[in-house]
Amino acid sequence: MASRAVEISPAFGLSLAIAALILGSAAMVAARAESFALAAQDWQALRFTVLQASLSAATSSLLAIPVARALFRRRFPWRGMLIRLLAAPFVLPVVVAVMGLLTVFGRGGPVNGALAWLGLPEVSIFGLHGVVLANVFFNMPLATRMLLHGWQSIPVERFRLAQSLGLPPSAQFRHLEAPMLRAQLPGIFAVILLICLASFAIALMLGGGPKASTLELAIYQSLRFEFDLGRAALLAAVQFALCAAITLAALGLTLPQGFGAGLGRRMAIAAPTGWRRGADGLAIAAAALFLFTPLLAVVSKGLPGLAALPNGLWPAVLRSVLVAVVSALLATSAALILAVGAARGKIRVIELAAMLPLAASSLVLGTGLFLMVRPFVTPETLALPITVLVNATLTLPYLFRLLLPEARQLEADYGRLTASLGLPRRTILRFVTLPRLARPLGYGAGLAAALSMGDLGVIALFAGDGGATLPLFVQHLIGAYRLQQAAAASLILVAISFALFWAFDRLGSHYADA
Amino acid sequence: MTTKLLAAGLVFLASPALADTPVLTVLTYDSFTSEWGPGPAIEKGFEATCGCDVKFVTAGDGAALLARVKLEGTDSKADVVVGLDTNLTADATATGLFAPVASQPNTLPVPFQDPNFIPFDWGYFAFVYDKTKVATPPASFAELAASDLKVVIEDPRSSTPGLGLVLWVKAAYGDKAPQIWADLADNIVTVTPGWSEAYGMFTEGQADMVLSYTTSPAYHLIAENDDTKAAASFSEGHYMQIEVAGKLASSQQSVLADQFLAYLTADAAQSVLITTNWMYPAKTPAEGLPKGFETLVQPVKSLLMSARDAEAARAPAIAEWQAALSK
Repeated sequence: MASRAVEISPAFGLSLAIAALILGSAAMVAARAESFALAAQDWQALRFTVLQASLSAATSSLLAIPVARALFRRRFPWRGMLIRLLAAPFVLPVVVAVMGLLTVFGRGGPVNGALAWLGLPEVSIFGLHGVVLANVFFNMPLATRMLLHGWQSIPVERFRLAQSLGLPPSAQFRHLEAPMLRAQLPGIFAVILLICLASFAIALMLGGGPKASTLELAIYQSLRFEFDLGRAALLAAVQFALCAAITLAALGLTLPQGFGAGLGRRMAIAAPTGWRRGADGLAIAAAALFLFTPLLAVVSKGLPGLAALPNGLWPAVLRSVLVAVVSALLATSAALILAVGAARGKIRVIELAAMLPLAASSLVLGTGLFLMVRPFVTPETLALPITVLVNATLTLPYLFRLLLPEARQLEADYGRLTASLGLPRRTILRFVTLPRLARPLGYGAGLAAALSMGDLGVIALFAGDGGATLPLFVQHLIGAYRLQQAAAASLILVAISFALFWAFDRLGSHYADA
Repeated sequence: MTTKLLAAGLVFLASPALADTPVLTVLTYDSFTSEWGPGPAIEKGFEATCGCDVKFVTAGDGAALLARVKLEGTDSKADVVVGLDTNLTADATATGLFAPVASQPNTLPVPFQDPNFIPFDWGYFAFVYDKTKVATPPASFAELAASDLKVVIEDPRSSTPGLGLVLWVKAAYGDKAPQIWADLADNIVTVTPGWSEAYGMFTEGQADMVLSYTTSPAYHLIAENDDTKAAASFSEGHYMQIEVAGKLASSQQSVLADQFLAYLTADAAQSVLITTNWMYPAKTPAEGLPKGFETLVQPVKSLLMSARDAEAARAPAIAEWQAALSK
């Protein structure tokens, strides 16, 4: 019993630290408030936030099923490349991605061009549908990748058994794939729901007007414009409550899949032929077209400006890469500790704490941290360390979500064996945990690095003279009317984010396959 | 013993910094200090005369600056705050954190009276369009509303130009403002969180017009040799944005702060501001405005609410805007 308590303590301790950071920063803001009241329009913002987030999460998860399934069972040239590129939309900075989407779906874009050619009226991208479209663009690839991990976690031997028993595809789906979806989808839906709840720039830019106001915008307004700290703290509390409810509901719906351990081999499975082949091809082609045309737009806009890049660019690049790599390593280590801890114990506290940062407004977090450190140091001197800390914290939930199902599987398959062998922790980590989790660890670290690259987040609150990161630098360029240079700098930002993601992801798969 | 030595060493290390040149900390918005903003040139220019070290601390935009000042309260390390506007000065004065400053001569088109702040540049809000795409621009809000032109505007809840537009309509139309907003609703394609997103969408062709400044075309003309952009002149008049600077009462460098404010409004800094902030100078420098500024639209009437009126009008005007556009 005692050893059990000791065993879970690192994960538990880390959970407490995260909760303290997130809730503590909100409490710091609340402590400075003079009164607490929500504005009437805050409830309307809450409704719209939940509406757009649920629609976006449902669409993203459902569309991801056929795409992930097709990618899992088909083999074709460039498949590995395509799967890696799937992460690209997710790691794009919001403003850059929205501009890419506008080029394709907006006025004068190819979509409206095709409609005009067919004699149909122009469709405006602005409105609820535009917000959902953008959110699906960002999150469908993430859902696809998570589901693909799910499919890959079904031991290959089970598929071979099913096929040697002569089960038709529908029965295979019922006995193997449906239980996996049942186990994975609630978590995936929840994580995308939480991501979409906290979005504010997408909803505002594409929403078409103040109808499309989110809670995060209300927080921004109350902190930046009205300095109504009480309202900001209350709104943050509403966001936390919403997030906790969703996380708990998702946890309640999550079931273990129980396929048992396989031999861990990677082999191709004979895929069904006939119309199913065509349908799979269509799913992959449609997803690729939807995801990559806006990316191409971003690239083609950035190219002309590459010839004349501004001086300050490279120092900003260096700062951003440093922040991204350090925060990715930090977040990955923390997520591994939490996921292994959560898989081993039955303690919900860990899962809640690991998901909590998704509900945190980066502005509240930043303001809280600002108030925390100010009595001791000049905030500007801590700009980069705090950015690292905040980025690591904010990316932790994605990593945790990626690692948890596989950590659970690992515990179910090998937990008893390793315990009965009495293997030391370090040995388990080296020979069981790391090789089995290498793939999601690499992928997760890549995501975390790329997200940190693109995040404006708190740096704006702390940045002093000349300490700009790349996204802030892009902002400065636009602010100075230098749109072409901004497009080129955005392209560099995207390329570096993606290169970082690629490197970590490659490392993970390399290790897993070795 | 070791601790004493260590302490002595630290004191020794620290003392040159203390005895060295005094530091003037300037709190300002992000784009002021960027490579293309006025910050670098003004820092260099002032440091050449003051025998001091200028240190910039940045915080988002004008509204974020005021939030930062309030957040830091009386123990702020900043001496000077650069970049509030007259829509925020009543709120700023009410904090009691700002000290009175000596007024400086200005050439503003409207009288300026504020014991705590001095203006350093200004501009008129306006809808900017592309002359090659819009042949006959609207000449009033009513004409804009009646046209099928698409405009992109900024959100008054998160950006100072957005707030400026809401106050512009309020100043021009008073109680009829909600009707104007209702008429404009179908022209507004979207509302962005800030100026950069809106201007970006406009240059990408997602809208025919964007809420910006009458001076925006000057950038394209002077820096890019592109004369296709222009601002539409509205018969209601144009609302002004006057950017101001002030001194914090808690400043330990009061004299330096006063010198900096005087420098900011003198010719050297004013010339820098024109072609970095792309606004009109608070006091036209001796050599006049750069070539190209004479092509800009001259509003028939300058609209501006007093700081106190703007403060009182802000919340109800935003609520009207929101109600009219949420239908």
